[in-house]
Amino acid sequence: MSAFLDHLPQFWQGLVVTLQLTAASFAGAAVVGLVITALRVSPVRVLRGIGTAYVETFQNLPLLVLLVLAVFGLPEIGVKAGLLETAIVVIALYEAAYLAEALRSGVNAVAAGQGEAARALGLTFSQSLRHVVLPQALRTVIQPIGNIFIALTMNTSLAAAVGVVELTATANRVNLLEAQPIPIFVGAGLAYALIAACAGFVTGRLERRLVMIR
Amino acid sequence: MIKVQGLNKWFGDQHVLRDIHLQVAQGEVVVVIGPSGSGKSTLCRCLNRLETAGSGDILIDGVPAPVEGRELAGLRADVGMVFQSFNLFQHKTVLENVMLAPMKVRGDARPEAERTARELLARVGIAEQADKMPAQLSGGQQQRAAIARALAMRPRVMLFDEPTSALDPEMVGEVLDVMTALAADGMTMVVVTHEMGFARRAADRVVFMDDGQIVESAEPNAFFDAPRTDRARDFLAKVLTH
Ligand SMILES: Nc1ncnc2c1ncn2[C@@H]1O[C@H](COP(=O)(O)OP(=O)(O)OP(=O)(O)O)[C@@H](O)[C@H]1O
Ligand SMILES: [Mg+2]
Repeated sequence: MSAFLDHLPQFWQGLVVTLQLTAASFAGAAVVGLVITALRVSPVRVLRGIGTAYVETFQNLPLLVLLVLAVFGLPEIGVKAGLLETAIVVIALYEAAYLAEALRSGVNAVAAGQGEAARALGLTFSQSLRHVVLPQALRTVIQPIGNIFIALTMNTSLAAAVGVVELTATANRVNLLEAQPIPIFVGAGLAYALIAACAGFVTGRLERRLVMIR
Repeated sequence: MIKVQGLNKWFGDQHVLRDIHLQVAQGEVVVVIGPSGSGKSTLCRCLNRLETAGSGDILIDGVPAPVEGRELAGLRADVGMVFQSFNLFQHKTVLENVMLAPMKVRGDARPEAERTARELLARVGIAEQADKMPAQLSGGQQQRAAIARALAMRPRVMLFDEPTSALDPEMVGEVLDVMTALAADGMTMVVVTHEMGFARRAADRVVFMDDGQIVESAEPNAFFDAPRTDRARDFLAKVLTH
């Protein structure tokens, strides 16, 4: 265990980077995911097509491939961005596809009459989505979204493979010095588990708070 | 006020509205009756373009009803609609249900929207229910809230699609009373209903539909006492014996 404790400041630094990756890419994924959901339920066929193409693309490529492509491909075409920023954007775009899928199933669970009533009152399509359909859809998919958040947290460890020194990369580095994989990776694993547990706690609370009487 | 000319509507290759001509004057109450599947709901939903028409014109105050976009939203703001299944927003209180559209569509300030909403809820007799969620109300109360929600937009016309069909019998009266009062106040109304008593009492004109066509259009007493067509006679014989 001392192999882990001796390097506590380093691990702390890695954890902070992991939290940054998680928070920033989840926020990005939420925004992009909402836009993709709006496209997928739009009355305009072309927009629906774009939304579907987006989801299909990102769900059919491994995140690691996307990360490697972005980190090594973007400089080739003249785009210069920091490693951390690149990883955040790639993870956000990737997870947005999964969030959009969850949100769309939520939208489908909202009775058609809700959107119709909103439009019959003169709300535009986007207003009815924003004020009537999505708030109800969100309530039905809090649990799946919590799971996507946890999966996203775990997926941030792939950023280690392209050189971002987050929690997993830190564990790797420390292990190269100490050669004690068990305590080192158990420690890192516990930190991930702690984040997941927090996410589970928050979604549980949210679910109880936002429960809708039907 | 409303003028429908040569309206046709197909669902796939099913011809559900056949060459509909209909005029509704300012302040007129038109009740639409007819057997199930005759196209009454579809006609009603075409009037505010919740359903797209296949061909034909819909004029509101002489202006063709817009087909899409903001202009269409503007039309719908002026045409209130009440559904069979109430469709109150499940995640909002009754008061918030009534306030939403005036604030988002008309741009009313919150205090003003709330004052109007409370007035309307009092007018339909459910002032005490303002802060409850829709699911905590009886069907009759929910439908009255839905009427208040539509009235909050100060519509020029109100469409009702079988507003009492989903209600327990003891709640039908309270909703019909609100509608009768609205008619007496001079609201222009198109009402699809099976409530023949309401049609006799409140309608200026009864329109009888069958198989996607308007078969008969007459003043209520004339229609109920002496229908001119066999189809109307058959229909009345069936519903009035129940
Ligand atoms: N969304 C739809 N898709 C396909 N067919 C439809 C759709 N809505 C209605 N129809 C068909 O159109 C015809 C007219 O339906 P409509 O709902 O207008 O009848 P209605 O007179 O309102 O009947 P009811 O008294 O049962 O409400 C019916 O044959 C129905 O099956
Ligand atoms: Mg109907």
